[in-house]
Amino acid sequence: MAQDDPQASKRPQRPLSPHIQIYKREINMVMSILHRITGAALYFGTVLLAWWLVAAASGAEHFARANGLLASPLGLLVMFGFTWALMHHLLGGVRHLIWDTGWGFDLESIDRISWATAIGSAGLTVAIWLWAIIGKGVL
Amino acid sequence: MSTPPLYPTPSPTKARIRTPLARARGLGSAKDGTGHFWWIRVTSVLLVFLTIHAVMLAVGLIGADYATARAALGRPINAIPLLLLILAGVYHMWLGMQVIIEDYVHSEGPKVLWLMLNWIFSAAVGLTCVFAVLKLSFGI
Repeated sequence: MAQDDPQASKRPQRPLSPHIQIYKREINMVMSILHRITGAALYFGTVLLAWWLVAAASGAEHFARANGLLASPLGLLVMFGFTWALMHHLLGGVRHLIWDTGWGFDLESIDRISWATAIGSAGLTVAIWLWAIIGKGVL
Repeated sequence: MSTPPLYPTPSPTKARIRTPLARARGLGSAKDGTGHFWWIRVTSVLLVFLTIHAVMLAVGLIGADYATARAALGRPINAIPLLLLILAGVYHMWLGMQVIIEDYVHSEGPKVLWLMLNWIFSAAVGLTCVFAVLKLSFGI
């Protein structure tokens, strides 16, 4: 890096360009980062969907084994995370579609729809799991 | 060394007379136009509805026996939205991961490799899911 640069000693020591840890944490920034993280998680999560569909297509025995794994404590935890990532990325996508129309770029609206993503994704995840637990006897 | 140009041009011998604005119009620096932006949006609108359907189908199948689950997944009213979900989903995730790779992988060799792996992964997952849904539908 610096020692490889013959001009380094002649240059004044300027600060590097600011990176994310410099800025005050804002809700829209957190939602933006989470949108990318949940997107990447869902990318790899599709392997689970493929695995489950192949198990279903492979016969009763494979299907029962796959569902058994999903019903294990680790399986339930992964499915809960999957649900939240899906809901978060879904609402984050809707937020971006709203922004695409040109609406909601004032600071107040940015904060409001960013908080709506956070609260909405948590709410939808809880609602889906209440349906699964109360209505379908999961756990 | 001669004086560097005021802005980078694809070749020192041609296209120098074109302004940056003229080059930005049309296909832009990625030579890809707005295609990437557009298809992310098209697939995301579609995926909003297909995701709601898939989540309701999945929770509805909790605790179902094999014959019921197989019949439900193979019914056209579920299988067709599932196939659409898979196609729109893998296209959406392929485009999305491409942006992540382009943002974080800066050297040309590894970048090309990761972009290839992205395509291969997305295609493999998509094909596997499509195959399974078709098998469930036609029951071969």
